[in-house]
Amino acid sequence: MNDERTEQILDEEAQALIGAGEAPDPRGDMKRAKAKIQSPGRIAWRRFLRHRLALGGMVFVGILFLVAIFAEFLAPYDPNVVNTSAFRTPPSSEHWLGTDSAGRDVLSRLIFGARVSLTVGVAAALSALGLGTLLGLLAGVVGGWVDSFIMRAVDVFLSFPSLMLILLLVAVLGPSIGTIVVVIALFEWPTAARIVRQMALSVKETDFVLSARAVGSSRWRIMRKHVAPAVLSPLTVVGTLLAAQAILLEAALSFLGLGVKQPQASWGGMLEEAKSLTILEQMPWMWIPPGLTIAVTVLAINFIGDGLRDAFDPRQQM
Amino acid sequence: MTQRPNDSSREPLLEVRNLNTTFKTETGTVQAVRGVNWEIYPGEFLGVVGESGSGKSVTMASIMGLVPTPPGSVGADSVTFEGKDLLSLNERQMRRIRGHEISMIFQDPMTSFNPVHTIGNQISEAIRVHDSKMTRRAAKKRSIELLSLVGVPSPEVRFAQFPHEYSGGMRQRAMIAMAIANQPKLIIADEPTTALDVTIQAQILDVLNLIQEETDAATILITHDLGLIAEMSDRVLVMYAGKVVETATVFELFADPKHPYTLGLLASLPRLDSQLDSLLSIPGQPPSLITPPTGCSFHPRCDLTKGRSECRSELPVLVEASNGHHTACHFWDEMTEIAEVVTDTVGIDVRSSVET
Amino acid sequence: MTSTVDVSADDRMPLGEEMLRVEDLKVHFPVKSTVLRRKLGEVKAVDGIDLELAAGETLGLVGESGCGKSTTGQAILRLIEPTAGKVIFRGRDITAISRRQMSPLRREMQIVLQDPFASLDPRMTVRSIIAEPLKVHGVYTSGKDRRKRVDELLELVGLSSELGSRFPHEFSGGQRQRIGIARALALNPQLLILDEPVSALDVSIQAQIINLLEELQKEFSLAYLLIAHDLAVVKHICDRVAVMYLGKIVETGTRDEIYNDPTHPYTQALLSAVPTPDPAKRDDKTRILLEGDVPTPENPPSGCRFRTRCWKAQPECADEVPALIDREGLGHPSACLFPESIAAEDL
Repeated sequence: MNDERTEQILDEEAQALIGAGEAPDPRGDMKRAKAKIQSPGRIAWRRFLRHRLALGGMVFVGILFLVAIFAEFLAPYDPNVVNTSAFRTPPSSEHWLGTDSAGRDVLSRLIFGARVSLTVGVAAALSALGLGTLLGLLAGVVGGWVDSFIMRAVDVFLSFPSLMLILLLVAVLGPSIGTIVVVIALFEWPTAARIVRQMALSVKETDFVLSARAVGSSRWRIMRKHVAPAVLSPLTVVGTLLAAQAILLEAALSFLGLGVKQPQASWGGMLEEAKSLTILEQMPWMWIPPGLTIAVTVLAINFIGDGLRDAFDPRQQM
Repeated sequence: MTQRPNDSSREPLLEVRNLNTTFKTETGTVQAVRGVNWEIYPGEFLGVVGESGSGKSVTMASIMGLVPTPPGSVGADSVTFEGKDLLSLNERQMRRIRGHEISMIFQDPMTSFNPVHTIGNQISEAIRVHDSKMTRRAAKKRSIELLSLVGVPSPEVRFAQFPHEYSGGMRQRAMIAMAIANQPKLIIADEPTTALDVTIQAQILDVLNLIQEETDAATILITHDLGLIAEMSDRVLVMYAGKVVETATVFELFADPKHPYTLGLLASLPRLDSQLDSLLSIPGQPPSLITPPTGCSFHPRCDLTKGRSECRSELPVLVEASNGHHTACHFWDEMTEIAEVVTDTVGIDVRSSVET
Repeated sequence: MTSTVDVSADDRMPLGEEMLRVEDLKVHFPVKSTVLRRKLGEVKAVDGIDLELAAGETLGLVGESGCGKSTTGQAILRLIEPTAGKVIFRGRDITAISRRQMSPLRREMQIVLQDPFASLDPRMTVRSIIAEPLKVHGVYTSGKDRRKRVDELLELVGLSSELGSRFPHEFSGGQRQRIGIARALALNPQLLILDEPVSALDVSIQAQIINLLEELQKEFSLAYLLIAHDLAVVKHICDRVAVMYLGKIVETGTRDEIYNDPTHPYTQALLSAVPTPDPAKRDDKTRILLEGDVPTPENPPSGCRFRTRCWKAQPECADEVPALIDREGLGHPSACLFPESIAAEDL
């Protein structure tokens, strides 16, 4: 236990050393003063770039986006065209990843499927974040009954068996990308709201907010200038988690046949084929590629989240 | 308090030779301790004074094997404690030394105690770890004795309480009780009163004095407070930027500082015992230890430099200015002049009036 | 170093005239149960104190942690709403006015906080930190004027204006405290509340900041309320001193009265507990050792709050709350039923 404490002391001391080191001479070494400015954002970015897994995740997701955007040019076949002469053919030079039960090219469907997953991931995460941030900030900054009301709503949403309700809602509203995004966002915002509120509350207690109040800043100004920026960076971490979750949910819905409408290609939809035992046992080319892609994509996004979290670690930032 | 003379015929209890500690960080390698030499004699009260980043805590953590490696890295010619080279011991042998022959007292006892165990159990445990023959009952008895020795009221009741039920001052007393539990030969107290209020600090200092008399352990007090140094120590090390810049008996040091940094500290100190015209601050900031200044690391802030190139180019080594008084300054013999300038500005002679 | 543009066009108060008067100020925090939010009790952080401060003067408010000194500072600025009492700033009771009416007054009274690492928003450049009060109050509306004012403030606190575009983490503790002072000075206030402004700093840097504060006071005739636990710092800077214990002022007087001739046992114990940086004096020092810890402000002792730790306590100390008056004609008020002068040399 003493050792732990010592480590902490050493850490602080080391920080003090570095802090003193970086401090520019007040009497003005002008050249140094004009040198590159170490904004907290830039420091975080530099740290992020040093996080290998995160960088790898970033590159993977980046490529995935390019693939999704240029799907028309990259896909060797039309994903929805049925080749009546080739049902369930194993990978060959003609069809690199084989064909599915309807004779469609698996690789092409995989490429077009990226559109669905990424759209749902990004759109659902952004909407959830937007709603969650707004309500979380409101709860944290305004407090009082507003806080109680919002947080009770959060509790209610979090205590629903969400997958069941999502299924129900999709069944009622009819499956489409729009519906899926809305429904997922509806069940993801409470997570964001909770984290934002917690952050806002802790920022509200800081000395720099006290200082801002002392100079006469309004509550609105404090929320905009001090609280929101402080909440924003950790929020990107939450964003990655929500996006990963949304992609998984979409896949699950599609797998259950409640995702995007057939014949539109989606990774979860492709997995649906694996419901058949014959396919599962004897035709792995139909389900391994989409399964693997989903797993790797989610993993990559989580790595990005890890990298962001390390980059924004306030302990390191100080 | 009697002053123990620095008797060179005695064997030092702990002798540190050319200790270097570095930390790898994002911005470069921090040279936290840079070639430090010092020793402490049995029963001596050694004060180590320096500002944050001077390397005073890192020095102690280094010899105790408590520097996390990586990012840290510790090297020395030798760190000899009673004939054993501490740096050559493995972690297990080191653990036998820590808390047994050398014990430590930290600034914040809240984090030094485990919150889920009672204070009493933690002290008993500390005793039994180093003395396997001790029964549980005997350890409890001894713990209660220790608590009572350091002035914890109703020690039987307090024995069974958890750290959060203790006030800050009481926790620090309990920490001291634990530190002396195994009759250490050396106690290292790292800013033991910094987190405490001044009236509580006075109580703790009293306890520290008492236990030194009781156990006759050598004590190292690490602090930034020159007042504590003056009241407690026999001998003092002044550290700056990872180096020892001056060492002397406490009376010598305060009466006739031979390093401009030491004098600078005295001149920048508001005091209760006299009214000062103004404080004479040391200009600038402590240097970066990633790229420490060449030559003397204090030269960018020093009044004694007067543009002389030696200060910039030559590393000053500790030289003996008078018997037992060492300073790492090229121009220490000009200190009297500077002291007069200080006296003119501050309004009083900040040096101690004691005859040496 | 004088300002090129005067921010507050209104008059500065002549030196020595009463600027701030605090009457029977109380700040009580409710203690609520965690589940039902039922009120269980009250922490009487500040429990009826009086202070006054003249223009250009420095009043020191000393005490140990938890005595309510920081709460007092924040309550005076209404950063914490006082429970009772009056805060009269330039003849106007500011506890009785609305938030909106309070806003223009904030230009005249500012605060510098203890922790220079926490009091600056890490995501803002130094320039925007110092410019914030200017923006909030709509002075120097043009970007160019504002820039000029910020440069001027940076130079004023001893920082190069080139450093304005940097972020707080690039500065050392002392430099950050300078930035905090520059922000507090931006609107050219008349009163600065200094809440432990140097206690987080190293000795050599502490002296720089103390000297800076003294220069600034001279130049702008600022009134300071210095909240501190370091008695030596308070002695060096302050004209008058008030000693606080557990939410109440126990002794008040001029610097010399408090430091040379303390009459309250708590003040005496405090002064005797401060280590002297002179080993020649250590043997003839008699340290008054107080027993025990400070009681909790949730349940303070009856009568005199110090009696539980006081070596002079008598039965009547438990019954009567001693008023802060000059009982024995010792020259300054002391909230002790048995005040006694002890010369500083004897402590």
